[in-house]
Amino acid sequence: MRTIDVIGTAIDNSFRSKLRTSLTVIAIFIGAFTLTITNGLGTGINDYITNTVAAIGAQDVLTVTKVGTDAAGSGPKKYNPDLVAASGGGRPGTTVQALTPTDITIISDLKGVKSVQPTLSISPGYIQNGSGTKYTLTAIGAVPGITLQLATGSQLSSTSSESQIVLAKSYVKALGLSSNAAAIGATVKIGIRDAARNPSTIDATVVGISEASLGAIADAATTNSALTQKLFDAQTVGLPGTAKDRYSQASVRFDGSATAAEVTKLKDRLTKAGYSGQTVADQIGTFKTVIDVIVLVLNAFAVIALLAASFGIVNTLLMSVQERTREIGLMKAMGMGGHKVFGLFSFEAVFIGFLGSAIGAAAAILVGSGVSAALSGSVFSGLPGLTLIAFSPGSIATIILVVMAIAFVAGTLPAAKAARQDPIESLRYE
Amino acid sequence: MAIPILAARDVTKSYGRGPGRFDALKGVSLEIYEGESVAIVGKSGSGKSTLMHLLALLDRPSSGSIELAGSDAVLLTGRTLNTTRNRTFGFVFQQFFLTGGASVLENVILPLKIAGVGSRERKRRGLEALVALELEDKATSKASNLSGGQKQRAVIARALVNNPRVIFADEPTGNLDSATGAVVEDILFALNRDKGITLIVVTHDEELAARCDRRVYIRDGLVVGIESAVAA
Repeated sequence: MRTIDVIGTAIDNSFRSKLRTSLTVIAIFIGAFTLTITNGLGTGINDYITNTVAAIGAQDVLTVTKVGTDAAGSGPKKYNPDLVAASGGGRPGTTVQALTPTDITIISDLKGVKSVQPTLSISPGYIQNGSGTKYTLTAIGAVPGITLQLATGSQLSSTSSESQIVLAKSYVKALGLSSNAAAIGATVKIGIRDAARNPSTIDATVVGISEASLGAIADAATTNSALTQKLFDAQTVGLPGTAKDRYSQASVRFDGSATAAEVTKLKDRLTKAGYSGQTVADQIGTFKTVIDVIVLVLNAFAVIALLAASFGIVNTLLMSVQERTREIGLMKAMGMGGHKVFGLFSFEAVFIGFLGSAIGAAAAILVGSGVSAALSGSVFSGLPGLTLIAFSPGSIATIILVVMAIAFVAGTLPAAKAARQDPIESLRYE
Repeated sequence: MAIPILAARDVTKSYGRGPGRFDALKGVSLEIYEGESVAIVGKSGSGKSTLMHLLALLDRPSSGSIELAGSDAVLLTGRTLNTTRNRTFGFVFQQFFLTGGASVLENVILPLKIAGVGSRERKRRGLEALVALELEDKATSKASNLSGGQKQRAVIARALVNNPRVIFADEPTGNLDSATGAVVEDILFALNRDKGITLIVVTHDEELAARCDRRVYIRDGLVVGIESAVAA
């Protein structure tokens, strides 16, 4: 018998007992549906995190802080003149040991470090468009290489001498700008006070409007290197040099093509020198690990459902073999080989698995996309760009193939039973 | 002297071991020549079905040998055995063994499907066999919708479709009324006469046996007589 005839006959046979096949298909459908949804959930959330990572920091950058010498212990700590407030990340009141120009020199001398840029902590007072209302402004200096999630406009330039700023969406209307697009290219005034509380203003050009996202602080602005430096200079007028050059952290750039092992080595060197370095992946990795574990647990439940369904396949096919005993005997008497009989029944199992998983996956895509669209329009409207349940063709194909493999394994027992049948005994069977 | 197409040489067949051992055949020798019609006659339990299974290479003898066209069938194994059975033999059973849900044509072309014949060729030859048995208008009907006589004609079409050299008929008229049975008998003997297909009929029906060239009587696993009377 030709392979194509084996396949065709197997498919015909599976439709011969429609009710029984449908019930088995439903059992597999449930498992495959669940597996597809849980997988989609993992894909959706992890995609969102990956996309957002770029907004939190550049891929080839380590955030370096100095390791405090008296971090341990409770009760009042010894006074340390070099402690500064942590620049974000920690809870209020958290202090870190300040980096001084000496530290910057030490770090830039380490092997593998391309450049070091101290993170300038800036605290502007307000933002104003022309002579309009003044609004308070929280601004963060952009790390070179960062990719912000923009609603419109272009990314900040770290090399340009122009003062550039990316504003959060909420500022557009407040500053009296008609639309996101109209805001691009507008010049805004940023008010800042120096150490002696003397006010000054700096002009900046709006180059982009940012989306709210996981990594961005709501209602904040991001400034490019040139503007950050200007703001820092303006706010430190009147400070002596030693008080000025104290940074809570620094951004270390390394070769973008560095392997994970090389990055680890660089981090080790930093640790030896008394600093601590973290990549964006380190910071975001924890999130992903938690989500991966949750998805894994959900997947395990789906796989349990599939295992239960596979016993359904065994049962269905055993009944089918029983029912077709005489037919199998006749085919064997007519010269059909045992391995072809095996192929006939195991392919029937694979086909049932394929039906269940393909229908299950298709239904999961429909339902998942619907639910996802409904949620991002309501519950998750504050997180643009989040597709809660996303599907990748690769994982769908994997699920279908895995289910077909499970079905094949389940089919081997009945198929082997059919293959072993003695034609004479089978033909005598009434 | 011509070489018999099928021969049994002092064949025995026993089932089980020890005190429960049952000897179905106790030393049977038989030669069947191409184009003959032979009836194997005996009561149920006489060993006639066992002899047919051995001759059809569905089973192996406990001792002795079966020869197919002069060569020992024990040499045929696995795929060769399956191919030989597929090409050489056609089967007609008392219980029909048709797949009820499939069409008559599908049932008839089953041996060709097993042989690996392409689908167009299968259909052509299947229809040809159905025309020969005047069943062409039933080709697309479900096998379960046929009458008894039509079913047995479909079974003969199936046995015939692969142009076999030997047709084994196990009580071919057992499930049919005498009028329909006579029609089926006529068809089988016509095939034997016109196409030269060797016909081996297993039966306890004396009238059917009487129409064969030779009758081999079996009782308790032994040949008790061979008659070569020419049928009327």
